Amino acid sequence: MISKFTAFSAFVGLMFFSAPAAAQDHGHEDAHHEEVHHDDAHHEDAHAVEMHTEDAHGAHTDHSEGHGHDEFVPASDTEGRKSVVKETVEHHLADSYDFHIVGPVGFPLPIILFDNGLKVFSSAKFHHGESVAEVDGEHYIIHHSKIYKTDAEGTITYDEHHHPTNEKPLDFSITKNVFMIIFMAVFMFFLFRGVAKTYQDSLVPSKSGRFLEPLIVFIRDEIAIPNIGEKHYKRYMSFLLTIFFFIWFLNLAGMTPLGVNVTGNIAVTVSLALMTFFITQFSGKKDYWMHIFWMPGVPVLLRPVLAVIELIGLVVKPFSLTIRLYANMLAGHVVIMSILGLIYIFASYVAAVPFMGLTLFLSVLELLVAALQAYIFTMLASLYFGAAVEEHDHH
Amino acid sequence: MEIPNIVGAGLIVIGAAMGIGRIGGSAMEAIGRQPEASGKIQTAMIIAAALIEGIGFAALFAA
Repeated sequence: MISKFTAFSAFVGLMFFSAPAAAQDHGHEDAHHEEVHHDDAHHEDAHAVEMHTEDAHGAHTDHSEGHGHDEFVPASDTEGRKSVVKETVEHHLADSYDFHIVGPVGFPLPIILFDNGLKVFSSAKFHHGESVAEVDGEHYIIHHSKIYKTDAEGTITYDEHHHPTNEKPLDFSITKNVFMIIFMAVFMFFLFRGVAKTYQDSLVPSKSGRFLEPLIVFIRDEIAIPNIGEKHYKRYMSFLLTIFFFIWFLNLAGMTPLGVNVTGNIAVTVSLALMTFFITQFSGKKDYWMHIFWMPGVPVLLRPVLAVIELIGLVVKPFSLTIRLYANMLAGHVVIMSILGLIYIFASYVAAVPFMGLTLFLSVLELLVAALQAYIFTMLASLYFGAAVEEHDHH
Repeated sequence: MEIPNIVGAGLIVIGAAMGIGRIGGSAMEAIGRQPEASGKIQTAMIIAAALIEGIGFAALFAA
């Protein structure tokens, strides 16, 4: 088991390492891409020489989108390399409109906009965010992973805080994150249906059931029953199992070189926490509400004060669930990517060896965190459910 | 002189780290005293640590 994990993380580390290495090879043919930072105020000095090429046509067309790997920056230009690493990290953490696998390999995803009627088209029209897409006479452009309305030249106007003032259409696109969520849902459906099927022939699990049965039994015996109680736990098992495996699988998908960052996206964790919140409130029994609004066993004067505190606690619980999962996954990705980026900044083989080792170590640690965060989310959800259905006989 | 937000966040993170450290240390001691209860101690330890961790992250996001 351990040797397999190590081999897997070594593979992960190697694949990440290939990104900066590929950037160097690419650079020679793509030297004209050096002007990427032209509209970023911090780097205008460093890149003053290259700026004029882009500024000649179009006021503020942002071409930095998706160019993380493509430009060549000389080893002596440490500041330039730092900004490339920063951009690459941000690019890998952000959601995107096409699924980029490695090098030129990848596939476009459907874009669904609601802007004077439904508009459905392929993200291939944007050419990886580099060009303006024209659909039914309307022009759209991707700027920092968001779609804006624009004209044929792709002009983007900015306010004084450098935020685009262009109109944003309602965006229901199947982005990379949405695609991964759908993919994981389908994958889990077939995986667990397969597990259920193996029990039709005999009570002894076979195939995938052999691996998953201990985990399912662990969630039932160690998480659900102790926290919710023998009487009610069955109602919540489906949710707890789903949420555990969903978070765990997506965390593991985040450890692959695909750059999937679903559980590190706050919108996803908010919805997971809201589901937990609503299930808790709707299964709340008399005792649960009494403990919130009129706490038994404390002086009457203190009860309104406690009610306020309990109500705040009600809101804080899903909030902390959200932030915990989101921040843990995001922080893990940022740390791993940044340490790999140091190899690129130092640009020497002496630096590469220790940083590779450190990345390997952190990747193994992240595999632990991936399981731990799924466990903690499930655990806390079952604690909240347990508090909601608890019945107190002693008063 | 105005103190930047990040300093406060740093203080909170130090506090959270001390808290999690104490929880871990105490759990080790408890397991040492009563190895047969290690499962229950681990569960309680992880929950408490996760709750404190939430405060640390909340501070980081407020900064």
